[in-house]
Amino acid sequence: MSTRVYVSRDASATSLGADEVATALIAAAGAGTIELVRTGTRGLLWLEPLVEVETASGRVGYGPVAPADVPGLLAAGLLTGGAHALNVGRVEDLPWFKSQERLTFARVGIVDPLSLADYRREGGYAGLERALAMKPVDIVQAVTESGLRGRGGAAFPTGIKWKTVLEAQASQKYVTCNADEGDSGTFADRMLMEGDPFTLIEGMTIAGLAVNATQGYIYCRVEYPEAIATLNAAIKAAYAGGYLGRDVKGSGRRFELSVRVGAGAYICGEETSMLESLEGKRGEVRVRPPLPALKGLFGMPTIVNNVISLATVPVILAKGPGHYQNFGMGRSRGTLPFQLAGNIKRGGLIERAFGVTLKEILYDYGGGSRSGRPIRAVQIGGPLGAYVPASQFDTPLDYEAFAGIGAMVGHGGIVAFDDTVDMAKMARYAFEFCAIESCGKCTPCRIGSSRGVGLIDNLLAGKEPVHQLKMIEDLCETMIQGSLCGLGGMAPFPVKSALKHFGEDFVPRTGH
Amino acid sequence: MANDDAGHQAVIDAALGRLKGEPGPLLLVLHAVQDAIGYIPPAAVPQIAAGLNLSRAEVHGVVTFYHYFKSHPPGRRTVEVCRAEACQAVGAEALAEHARKSLGIDFHGVTSDGALSLEAVYCLGNCACGPSIRLGGKLHGRVTNERFDALTRRPERVK
Repeated sequence: MSTRVYVSRDASATSLGADEVATALIAAAGAGTIELVRTGTRGLLWLEPLVEVETASGRVGYGPVAPADVPGLLAAGLLTGGAHALNVGRVEDLPWFKSQERLTFARVGIVDPLSLADYRREGGYAGLERALAMKPVDIVQAVTESGLRGRGGAAFPTGIKWKTVLEAQASQKYVTCNADEGDSGTFADRMLMEGDPFTLIEGMTIAGLAVNATQGYIYCRVEYPEAIATLNAAIKAAYAGGYLGRDVKGSGRRFELSVRVGAGAYICGEETSMLESLEGKRGEVRVRPPLPALKGLFGMPTIVNNVISLATVPVILAKGPGHYQNFGMGRSRGTLPFQLAGNIKRGGLIERAFGVTLKEILYDYGGGSRSGRPIRAVQIGGPLGAYVPASQFDTPLDYEAFAGIGAMVGHGGIVAFDDTVDMAKMARYAFEFCAIESCGKCTPCRIGSSRGVGLIDNLLAGKEPVHQLKMIEDLCETMIQGSLCGLGGMAPFPVKSALKHFGEDFVPRTGH
Repeated sequence: MANDDAGHQAVIDAALGRLKGEPGPLLLVLHAVQDAIGYIPPAAVPQIAAGLNLSRAEVHGVVTFYHYFKSHPPGRRTVEVCRAEACQAVGAEALAEHARKSLGIDFHGVTSDGALSLEAVYCLGNCACGPSIRLGGKLHGRVTNERFDALTRRPERVK
């Protein structure tokens, strides 16, 4: 009898050699001895490539494994969970994993992402079954009661958006999934799409039933080819299984779904730019109103939701909105998959209820910086998020608490920097990134971002520094107040927070 | 890979024939053309415009808006170096500098032997395992200068 062995196929795991480890395992153990299952990643990226072996007492992990470790591991009894320096015990028992509250990511890292049978066995499509027996208005009500807010970062109540689309009268409505996860420090969307794509497909199908939309699109960034391939294969399997198409599971209800691929434009993560791009145009921001919920894709009522928002809908339907609503604090209900990245010892994905503090994430999970030096600054919520100093690490991760300190939780990306970081350089980069990625439609963003780079250069070159600082403050206000969308409107936040908390870095220097 | 004008035209015609019935098909067509040819030849712009009943300006505008679409032939392989914050926190700028020196070209350049294109990318979604690069389609994490050289100098696999 062969032993079941799990190795991740997630892009992060393969970037560290998981494919080579899998090949070495097959070669050394012999194909008949092991049954190799390629899963998503558990999110313990510091342990990848992680090899898990099914034993009588559960799935025992070994990591991080290099191909050269494989013969020694087999000799030490890998296939029966034998002792070895790389043996981390049962993965579920690792405090890093055990303390998490995995609702959206319940199956990621555990199942074969393309096996419908695995998905069903682990509770998949229970939400859709419920939804098929419900009236659209009741599905919307359940999502509203769950307290789910937009996980792309804007945190707008999902149920309210859906209600607007449901009540709109139109011959065609759409469900679109924003999978243009361009924020540095974020990879939750990618990890979910690669590790449990059926959850997203199920969530979108439920959204379609909820608002009477028959067509869905997943807009995925081109930088994620592994996710695109997995999604396309999963959609094909869902069609074959009767979960998509003209007659979803014999209900008489129709839902069609396909993937559209972006082309390297950060701005297409902004919902109206994404819709323009889906229509085959330049990804330029639209003026709102009208809201996409009323006039969205091809001018029709459209749901635009992030991957994590949609992928959370199945568990809300399956376990009831009350179950989901029980997690969290204040107005931030449920869980958020935090992504711990940058200069950190134990990085990865940590799904926890809102309310966990930044300090717990950075030190209890992260173990401090990878370099071993003190963590000086943390950027949360992507390139448009504020830099947070160590004095604020006790802040609970909650939308309102972070807004209260002039920062944001956003999509939950947390990027740590040690004390070698030059915050003036990071502020300059915030403007530079905005200049590179600006769609060019509005002047504060298009011109202001380039002006910002010049002002910081002048400041650091010692040209009238007091005047430059005044100009930077003024420019930030203009961009915040005058930009059409969040790119120009929020790019000043990292700049302002760097000036406020790390002002000592903004001094004229020689040799700049 | 099609590399003559007639070959390009056939590729573009096939993409148009297959995709022009899709709603909002321009990006789909451009992806299909770049996948097959490696870039969007300037001569393709009027052909695509005519096929989709768009103006040449509209097609040109879309090609030039998106960083991913190229108007010039790339190297046989492309190496993308992530320059976003999470990779910067673990030395991406030093790696970017090394990449330039090691390959002897700047970003958006092609090595003189046509083997490699060097591009900057802003996030590959590998933010806990940086610095990251994507080389010939494959993602690599925790890339040191030495590893960068070993990977980029490894002989190319012939497709």
